[in-house]
Amino acid sequence: MLRMTRSAIELPVTPDDRRIARLAALAIGLTLAEAAIPSPVPGVKPGLANIVILLVVLQYGWRAAAWVSALRVLGGGLLLGSLFAPGFWLSAAGALASLLVLALARHLPSRHFGPVSLSVLAAFGHIGGQLALAAWWLLPSAAVVMLLPVFAAAALIFGAVNGVIVARMLAGAASSGRQSASCTPPSTP
Amino acid sequence: MLLRAGDVGVLLAGAGLVATLTVWAWNGDRGDSVVIRAAGQIVKNLPLTHAQTVSVDGPLGTTRIAIEPGRARVVADPSPRQLCVKQGWLTQSGQAALCLPNQVSLEIRGRNAAYDTLGY
Repeated sequence: MLRMTRSAIELPVTPDDRRIARLAALAIGLTLAEAAIPSPVPGVKPGLANIVILLVVLQYGWRAAAWVSALRVLGGGLLLGSLFAPGFWLSAAGALASLLVLALARHLPSRHFGPVSLSVLAAFGHIGGQLALAAWWLLPSAAVVMLLPVFAAAALIFGAVNGVIVARMLAGAASSGRQSASCTPPSTP
Repeated sequence: MLLRAGDVGVLLAGAGLVATLTVWAWNGDRGDSVVIRAAGQIVKNLPLTHAQTVSVDGPLGTTRIAIEPGRARVVADPSPRQLCVKQGWLTQSGQAALCLPNQVSLEIRGRNAAYDTLGY
């Protein structure tokens, strides 16, 4: 009996894994909360989970952010019941495109380009990826073109707001001097 | 410190992108001519250059159509529900107003037609 349990496969868990899991849980929570917010146009959302992704990129690097983002899309799809449905693939395409944009944008000189730049660029990437997939797969007609300005304006506004939130969180963490201990994002001052 | 110099640039570039997309997507293809049909046959194909009024006869009576530079509309029609009149001015290529059952229709054409033909 003891031998049976001994032979069970054990996966070593590193502190990094735990941190990624914790941050992914936070991002999934924000995704769920956001799904409850009514929206006049499907797909126009504040993208609160992107706050988490952006914080992870800035504090723990791009690889960790890619993990958190992938787990967020997968976990959000599971919990919202949209796993592998069209909405899930749109979400995945948006997350992938915004990660690719972040991979490039995070090399911008941070003297001049802060979290707001990254957030706005990532938001445009997000909406670009979603609309590209939607235009190619779901709505191969002019309908997507007509919605383009609405989505772009939403990306600009929500991207800027999320970026300011991230900038304030980072500023708060830096001033309270516990940046290294912040596994969960630091609270705003 | 929340906004750095480049952030302002990114925000302005984003606003410019949104404005460009708006103009391109919503104002792209303004029509330049109007095709008027009665009982499926084209009775007139007029440019949207100067103001004029056109009257077309259908089974129920006369449909009056007003044309102005860049736009056209149905002014009066004997059809009971008045849907084509309530549509108001048509400006974009591909827009159409159908007056049924008077069998008169009005379709705006632009430089590049979105459809070869439309069946109703």
